[in-house]
Amino acid sequence: MKFLQSVGANTLAKVSAAGRAALMLFGALAAVPKAKNIRLTIRQVYVVGVQSLLIIIVSGLFIGMVMALQGYTILVDYGAEGSLGPMVALSLLRELGPVVTALLFAGRAGSALTAEIGLMKATEQLSSLEMMAVDPLRRVVAPRFWAGMISMPMLALIFSAVGILGGHLVGVDWLGVDAGSYWSIMQSTVDWDKDVVNGIIKSLVFALVVTWIAIFKGYDSIPTSEGISKATTETVVFSSLAVLGLDFVLTALMFGIE
Amino acid sequence: MNKYKTELLVGVFVVMTVGAVLLLALNVANKSMTSDGDTYTLYAKFDNIGGLKERSAVKVGGVTIGRVASISLDKEDYTPVVKLSINQQYGEFPETSSVSILTSGLLGEQYVGFQPGFSFDGVANLEDGDYLQDTKSALVLEDLIGQFLFNRGSEE
Repeated sequence: MKFLQSVGANTLAKVSAAGRAALMLFGALAAVPKAKNIRLTIRQVYVVGVQSLLIIIVSGLFIGMVMALQGYTILVDYGAEGSLGPMVALSLLRELGPVVTALLFAGRAGSALTAEIGLMKATEQLSSLEMMAVDPLRRVVAPRFWAGMISMPMLALIFSAVGILGGHLVGVDWLGVDAGSYWSIMQSTVDWDKDVVNGIIKSLVFALVVTWIAIFKGYDSIPTSEGISKATTETVVFSSLAVLGLDFVLTALMFGIE
Repeated sequence: MNKYKTELLVGVFVVMTVGAVLLLALNVANKSMTSDGDTYTLYAKFDNIGGLKERSAVKVGGVTIGRVASISLDKEDYTPVVKLSINQQYGEFPETSSVSILTSGLLGEQYVGFQPGFSFDGVANLEDGDYLQDTKSALVLEDLIGQFLFNRGSEE
């Protein structure tokens, strides 16, 4: 009896949390930034986007360099080091760009969003906004959500571009792959619609998932210091798992069947 | 952090993204080449297309003049039909031209090699929708080895 009751209570809690999350997402989606409060969103693009630039550029550079180094040692055995360019470019554009950006974004910006909104809730700033007839969904949540949606695809594109340049640095400048074949085989292999646009679609989906989880976890956190720390951890864990799982599904849909 | 500086840095962020998109579009995906203006269509039937794929290049003496638009199987005689879209600027090939499937390098990609034929009186130029008559199939390594062994066997 007790067991059945706990199963029921757990299910109800999960379903109602999913419902609250969906309601909050619709609230944020409905509050598209308008001209008069666009500054709130720009401010958040600065916080989640510009402040993540450094970590994105540095990791993009090093991941591109490592891939060129590893790829070169394998490809050179077959005399196919000319294929280094497409290998680096395709893996970055299709997979690593969107996925690693989303993981870094979850750790760098997602956790901060959760902690910020959670603390706003704990210090009753959200309730005060409601007291003043200001909708916290519009004023606090929506700008952060849209800033995440705008920033993440931009960060993923910068990540891929920097990674390809990093691969060029190691492959061409240090290991002596021919610069002409690095770029020209890359150009004939990479397709704008199939590779670049699909990568952008991927990072849009990841942006939706990561920002949604981050904001909901903050908005729905238990307003104590312990609750906020739990919510922050859950944001990073859940969004990383969701990104990796969704990436497989999206890859299967986009590139699975020729 | 004042408003001006925030907006300036967001502007820098946007400009960096535009730079990344330009690099990806022009240098990596070569967008300018893929959206190449007017084309016309030629068809060629092969016995075996090997590893030819859609978007493989069509080359005359190494110069890309078009791409493979699609590959399908003829329903009547079950031979592969390759649809080639050729840039309009290379519009005047005589009917005696031939195509063959070649490989770039030992392990490279396969492409369609196009040999322009001689034009003399009475030979029209290829037009949109024409079939190329003279085709050579892809070289399949297993067939080649099989033939070699067969020849060796019959010599002894």
